[in-house]
Amino acid sequence: MKNFDILIVGGGLAGLSAALNAPPRLKVAVISKVHPLRSHSVAAQGGINAALGNNPDGKDDSWKKHAYDTVKGSDFLADQDAVNLMCKSAIPALYEMDGLGAPFSRFTDGCIAQRPFGGAGYPRTCYAADRTGMVLLHTLYEQCIRKNVHFHDEWLVTNLVVHEGRCQGVVAYDLASGKIMPLKAKAVIFATGGYGRVYLRSTNAFINLGSGIGMAYKAGIPLKDMEFVQFHPTSLYGKNILITEGARGEGGYLYNNKGRRFMEDYAPSAMELAPRDIVARAIQTEIDKGNGIDDRFVHLDLRHLGREKLLKRLPGIRDICLLFAGIDLIDSPIPIEPAQHYSMGGIDVDATCASSVEGFYAAGECACISVHGANRLGGNSLLDAVVFGKIAGRTAGEYVEGAAEDNRFDRVIVQHAAEWNTKVETLMAKDGGENIYKLLFELKDVMSEKTGIFRSKKNLEEALQAISTLRERYQNAYIFGSCRRYCQEFVTLVEFDSMLDIAEVIVLGAINREETRGSHFRLDFDKRNDDDWLKHTLVTPSEKGPVIGYKDVTLGEYEPVERKY
Amino acid sequence: MDIQFKILRYDPIKDEAPHFRNYTSRPDPKDSILEAIKQIRDEQDPSLSFRYSCREAVCGSCAMVINGAITLACRTTVESLKIGRIVIEPLPNLEIQKDLIVDMDPFYLSMKTIQPYLLPSEEPPETGHRIIERKMENIDQYINCIWCGSCYAACPVASRDHRYLGPAALAKLYRFIKDPRDGRPSTHWKIVDNEKGLWGCDTVFRCNEVCPKEVRPADGIEGLRREIIAHKAKKLLKKKS
Ligand SMILES: Cc1cc2nc3c(=O)[nH]c(=O)nc-3n(C[C@H](O)[C@H](O)[C@H](O)COP(=O)(O)OP(=O)(O)OC[C@H]3O[C@@H](n4cnc5c(N)ncnc54)[C@H](O)[C@@H]3O)c2cc1C
Ligand code: FES
Repeated sequence: MKNFDILIVGGGLAGLSAALNAPPRLKVAVISKVHPLRSHSVAAQGGINAALGNNPDGKDDSWKKHAYDTVKGSDFLADQDAVNLMCKSAIPALYEMDGLGAPFSRFTDGCIAQRPFGGAGYPRTCYAADRTGMVLLHTLYEQCIRKNVHFHDEWLVTNLVVHEGRCQGVVAYDLASGKIMPLKAKAVIFATGGYGRVYLRSTNAFINLGSGIGMAYKAGIPLKDMEFVQFHPTSLYGKNILITEGARGEGGYLYNNKGRRFMEDYAPSAMELAPRDIVARAIQTEIDKGNGIDDRFVHLDLRHLGREKLLKRLPGIRDICLLFAGIDLIDSPIPIEPAQHYSMGGIDVDATCASSVEGFYAAGECACISVHGANRLGGNSLLDAVVFGKIAGRTAGEYVEGAAEDNRFDRVIVQHAAEWNTKVETLMAKDGGENIYKLLFELKDVMSEKTGIFRSKKNLEEALQAISTLRERYQNAYIFGSCRRYCQEFVTLVEFDSMLDIAEVIVLGAINREETRGSHFRLDFDKRNDDDWLKHTLVTPSEKGPVIGYKDVTLGEYEPVERKY
Repeated sequence: MDIQFKILRYDPIKDEAPHFRNYTSRPDPKDSILEAIKQIRDEQDPSLSFRYSCREAVCGSCAMVINGAITLACRTTVESLKIGRIVIEPLPNLEIQKDLIVDMDPFYLSMKTIQPYLLPSEEPPETGHRIIERKMENIDQYINCIWCGSCYAACPVASRDHRYLGPAALAKLYRFIKDPRDGRPSTHWKIVDNEKGLWGCDTVFRCNEVCPKEVRPADGIEGLRREIIAHKAKKLLKKKS
């Protein structure tokens, strides 16, 4: 059995940041179901926040102002100590990325350029044109090569092994060989990203099925605030490819079918640059009221920004529009609609990325610390992934250095792997049953239809029912192909099991939370209710099913006030 | 409209030789080829294997051969092919692992050989570098590389000689050399100042043609050649004086 000090699952920004910061003398490896550069982080466009104060309009920005914007954006559900830590660390983290080779865009004086983003009082989003995630991910991967980090690409982790309250390792499926392997590790860090593709209309990569979150849950670790699902206001109509918030940051306008900048009615002072929950709701409301174009979408208009600026600042977006919609944004408005975008909730960890299970850590989008509370600000999640990835690498390192070698439970890991082997064989031996891709489609459809931007008890309960039916049908799933190598059906089968749990926990949290906060909007409880609900939801698995509990929010300097933009 | 898809299938462990399988499907004309083959997989043949992730041409997973041309499946729409019959094959010049999935290791290895990372000669300034935007613009095109392997697969030299580093790796090296923050010593030339590096290129520019991100790797190779000649001339002059 392979044996590691630290196993990092996930080769996105959070995973690579952890790998670069784990103590070099330890035996560390990164496992990823796709080559690290194919991770979803590569698709991030708009930028990463840090109060550098480089923008002439933002000279007196500070990390404290960044923290306040983040807490207010979160609808006061974020833990303020963790937010302070993130915003303070942002400044050195950005300079570090610059020193490692990230090619940020520059202002004329040569310092890192910054643009305005939604919900931020200052222009503090640093960027590399509209391919910020790509340059950050490539930079970290390049540095991992330099540091000789060990990678196991195209290995899918199938489950997390926890025994006697301690993390023992994982089981993984190696796509290239088709083998199932027990992997022992003193510490495991999950950096497995978001679950966007639990929804049909999502800006996320096709591979973002989110299984890491479900695997942690299955191993007994609580999930936190899962009802908070971010819908991005501006995805390309039909394809749901993201049109970065940077487009509005650069000065883009939103128009309805009457040619009106309708944000005036929803956020008269911030207008298009209100936080995402507010803009997404406004767009959906306009469409539902019949003010959409063809009743389906609204327009994001960038034409007034001029050709030169558009070519320089948003070349990738222009390319996307040309390619996927046949539209040139230089002379046409872009049809847009909201779509699922980000998972605020996730694996319950603290600000050191530690979970309730000894030796298990999580960072990045799969984790919930929480720094985003009920609504994340644009540009804060790349930051979250870089900063907390690093912290996870260091915390796990400290833990491992103090942990003794322990062989008592090796057989448990081996036994888990053996069970998976039997499972694959059984699945392959079946010659009929449910097609996993069809089940996946149905789950997404239900989630998009019933648990989207506007929620009600009735819809949520219907979703819960549908999930339970799908769970029954899943028992009957089978593998159509006869080859164990690169068996993507098997990958989807494994991940789908986790997705059922994720969907269920999202819906349970949403039914339970009888208020409206940030991204969670209840038609039947349309006000925020701090007296009863200024608390985190925690869902823990049990023999009898999910158990809902709560945890206090760590408040601080910033008293909850009504959010006005 | 019904479209005929002819897709190459191969499992080197079980099949004697690669073979085509035909599928009939009715994709939306605006669908990408990636969406179209995903639909075939989801609805007709879940055993069909191919790589994908972002579906928006930034992750580099889905390079393949579509009607004879190397391209990203997610970047090519059904209607752009203007034909009712679509033939899909894996990238050439790399061993097939299964169906449309090829072994990318030779490509990754060549990327690693050139030390594809910033190698500063001194500690970075604590409050970040000051860099003139124009200097960054010099390397802009090379930063676009998504490691999809299209150029490597298309390169006639790489297909002939597997020791040749290939276009992407050489262009990547140029990206770092031209980065004002980089300070690699001139000994790094050794890696590429030979036939498996810089001087291997036949300048047929297939790489420029197939690159889905307009990197134009051959520009980088040419740039490297210029740099190395200048470097050698300088050294010679120094010796003389
Ligand atoms: C289109 C788009 C644009 C965005 N733009 C911005 C932006 O401009 N600014 C910003 O701050 N944020 C942005 N975000 C959000 C941000 O990109 C993500 O939150 C962030 O990149 C997540 O990083 P991560 O490392 O946590 O996860 P990911 O990058 O998703 O990586 C997850 C990794 O886990 C691996 N993995 C998952 N499950 C398994 C398993 N079971 N076994 C093995 N490996 C597994 C995957 O292979 C992958 O390597 C954007 C998001 C989207 C969808
Ligand atoms: S799927 Fe990412 S490049 Fe095609």
